[in-house]
Amino acid sequence: MVNALLPVVLRGAVVRKRGQRLVGPIDLTLDGQGITIILGPNGAGKTTLLRAMHGLERVASGRLEWAIPDAQAHQAFVFQTPIMMRRSVLDNLSYPLRLAGRAQSDVVTAAQDAARAIGLQDKLNLPAPRLSGGEKQKLALARALICAPQVLFLDEPCASLDGPATREIEAVLQQAKADGTRIIMSTHDIGQARRLADEIVFMVSGRVVQTGPAQAFFEAPETTQAAAFLNGDIVE
Amino acid sequence: MNEIAQGVEAAFWLLVTFDRDLAEIALRSLQVTVTAVLIASLIGLPFGAWLAVRRFRYRRLAIAVLNALMGLPPVVVGLIVYLLLSRSGPFGVLGLLFTPTAMIIAQVIIVAPLIASIAHQSTRELWAEYHDLLISLNASRWQRIKTLLWDGRRALITAALAGFGRGIGEVGAIMIVGGNIDHATRVLTTAIALETGKGDFALALGLGFVLIGLALAVNIATHMLSRTEREGKW
Ligand SMILES: Nc1ncnc2c1ncn2[C@@H]1O[C@H](COP(=O)(O)OP(=O)(O)OP(=O)(O)O)[C@@H](O)[C@H]1O
Ligand SMILES: [Mg+2]
Repeated sequence: MVNALLPVVLRGAVVRKRGQRLVGPIDLTLDGQGITIILGPNGAGKTTLLRAMHGLERVASGRLEWAIPDAQAHQAFVFQTPIMMRRSVLDNLSYPLRLAGRAQSDVVTAAQDAARAIGLQDKLNLPAPRLSGGEKQKLALARALICAPQVLFLDEPCASLDGPATREIEAVLQQAKADGTRIIMSTHDIGQARRLADEIVFMVSGRVVQTGPAQAFFEAPETTQAAAFLNGDIVE
Repeated sequence: MNEIAQGVEAAFWLLVTFDRDLAEIALRSLQVTVTAVLIASLIGLPFGAWLAVRRFRYRRLAIAVLNALMGLPPVVVGLIVYLLLSRSGPFGVLGLLFTPTAMIIAQVIIVAPLIASIAHQSTRELWAEYHDLLISLNASRWQRIKTLLWDGRRALITAALAGFGRGIGEVGAIMIVGGNIDHATRVLTTAIALETGKGDFALALGLGFVLIGLALAVNIATHMLSRTEREGKW
């Protein structure tokens, strides 16, 4: 399957806020298929990098380019704390389809199917803000996938979830990957990275320290920082 | 004290005998203010939401102006509308002065800034919550505004009610542009002013109680309507 959005190329990309450099300069090229995981300690700049790639943060200097101009329209983003609209579960799921102008009948069926896929079919009419943390995270993921994005960003989707909920989310992600969605996600859970990643981007304090195929990264980390991080040491 | 008791009694009799003049005046009050609030909401709610989602250079200034407009003295609004609609004014040919339409125009001007300002405050909070999601989903500006208005509708009903409260009790502007003409532009507030001037305090108070009752009834009805629609708090 060909993904028209890729590659995304970053050259010396820097994100600043109030004159302060949050991340960068970053040189990075993401291409191909599968799941890229951005690993790194708290404050490394994972969220900022994902948001910049999705166009939510402005790149102050350097370049960040997708293969096509309006790439953002074919992407979706699952935020670190899920944003629940003050609507029912069903209306949250159907919202992106309505924005895209899909026919009413398609919208409802698609939303119902999506709810079934994440086990929320019995809570269709419940206000989404009342769901549990894990259910919210699943709903946010299903809502992000409902328009079949070519690239899906996830920012620590399992940060506050227990084992079973994490497994459910990971199953949905594996399915999306099999369907050809390119996934770029952050985590600081090394176990999750081992389970899911095809490719690793390792960040420390705003810079990309190491990138490469997941297997190589875990088996033979090139940098001392990566080795220390995998070892469970505290990296700053 | 005696006068208040007499006022209660007068109101009671006005109501139980279903005084036709009273019904006419009360209905006109309702008609003028409800129409004005509807028009002002149509303008003020989207404008408030637009101010919340739109970043432009003079946004702060626009918000400051809006908040200042909230405090417009109704009498001055009445005077300006009077000058615009009077025979020699720019809109004199329309012949609107001393009609309910003129009163509606004046009330729209008085009420719209209030509705817009309250709408702005509540949609701004919701926008902070939704911002990343709606940007990520590529919602157009109009889609963003519609979403905020819909999901924030409970607060917006309160905004409209505040506008209604300000409009229904307003006397200065509608007195000037309406003229308090019997069977044409007389409403509860102008009738109260008239009866007070004539020294008929009992009737004035009676009308006052009817006015309060009307305002309460509209508030309660609106709240009940919005309650039946909701299944629970978010
Ligand atoms: N709006 C902002 N203003 C100033 N500094 C910010 C802002 N947003 C983020 N930062 C800073 O940028 C740095 C990177 O933050 P970011 O959220 O990208 O890290 P992260 O890797 O996602 O961390 P975590 O694992 O805790 O989520 C942090 O030091 C953070 O304090
Ligand atoms: Mg983060």
